[in-house]
Amino acid sequence: MLITTTKGDMEESLLEKREGTIDNDNELTTWVEYRDAGELVHRSAHVTLKKSFSPFVEVAPLG
Amino acid sequence: MANTQSLCTSFMSELMLGQHQLGTSTITSRTSLTSPTTDTVKAALYLASATLNASTTVYSATGEVSGTGYTAGGVTVTNGNTPASTNSSITAGVAYWTPSASIAYTTVTLSTSFDTVFLYNSTQSNKAISVHTFTAQTVVAGTFTILMPSNTTAAALIRFSTT
Repeated sequence: MLITTTKGDMEESLLEKREGTIDNDNELTTWVEYRDAGELVHRSAHVTLKKSFSPFVEVAPLG
Repeated sequence: MANTQSLCTSFMSELMLGQHQLGTSTITSRTSLTSPTTDTVKAALYLASATLNASTTVYSATGEVSGTGYTAGGVTVTNGNTPASTNSSITAGVAYWTPSASIAYTTVTLSTSFDTVFLYNSTQSNKAISVHTFTAQTVVAGTFTILMPSNTTAAALIRFSTT
């Protein structure tokens, strides 16, 4: 598979791949890095937002 | 049976649809009042050093990311979901809305750490909608994607609720 890098498209098998995940109350994030001889040539990240806004709305009684 | 004092849940979603105007307000005219168009929502990324918060009222390029493949102002949000509302009791309910697709910045290089996506209404003078933060990221010749929660009363990205 070809990977888009700072040096143009490169074959994935020629690159060092690192992956990571961040999972907490706010987000689930995954990232992937590809390095060529130690040089970072590609990094992508995908964030899934978990927390939504839910402001309460009140209606006041008359009088 | 008796009447029960409560805020009508449908009113909250109708606010998001711009169907109520309870005072004078300057807005960008709709193309048609009988067949109005949907405003365009955009999503811009901000550096971890920026200071967006609840008091942010309008889009600004100050603190916005810059880099190869990224256009100032961000990308247009796919908005196929009409704001909806559901009653949970005779006094309470939830109005909710979520973008209908992930927000993607493809083939970009954003070398300075960013941790925020800012949603704003580009049709209505770039008025602020919401600020969402995440763990700081960088992108190199890659794609940054923000996936949305499900558009439900419990998980939608933006909800107004009464109890």
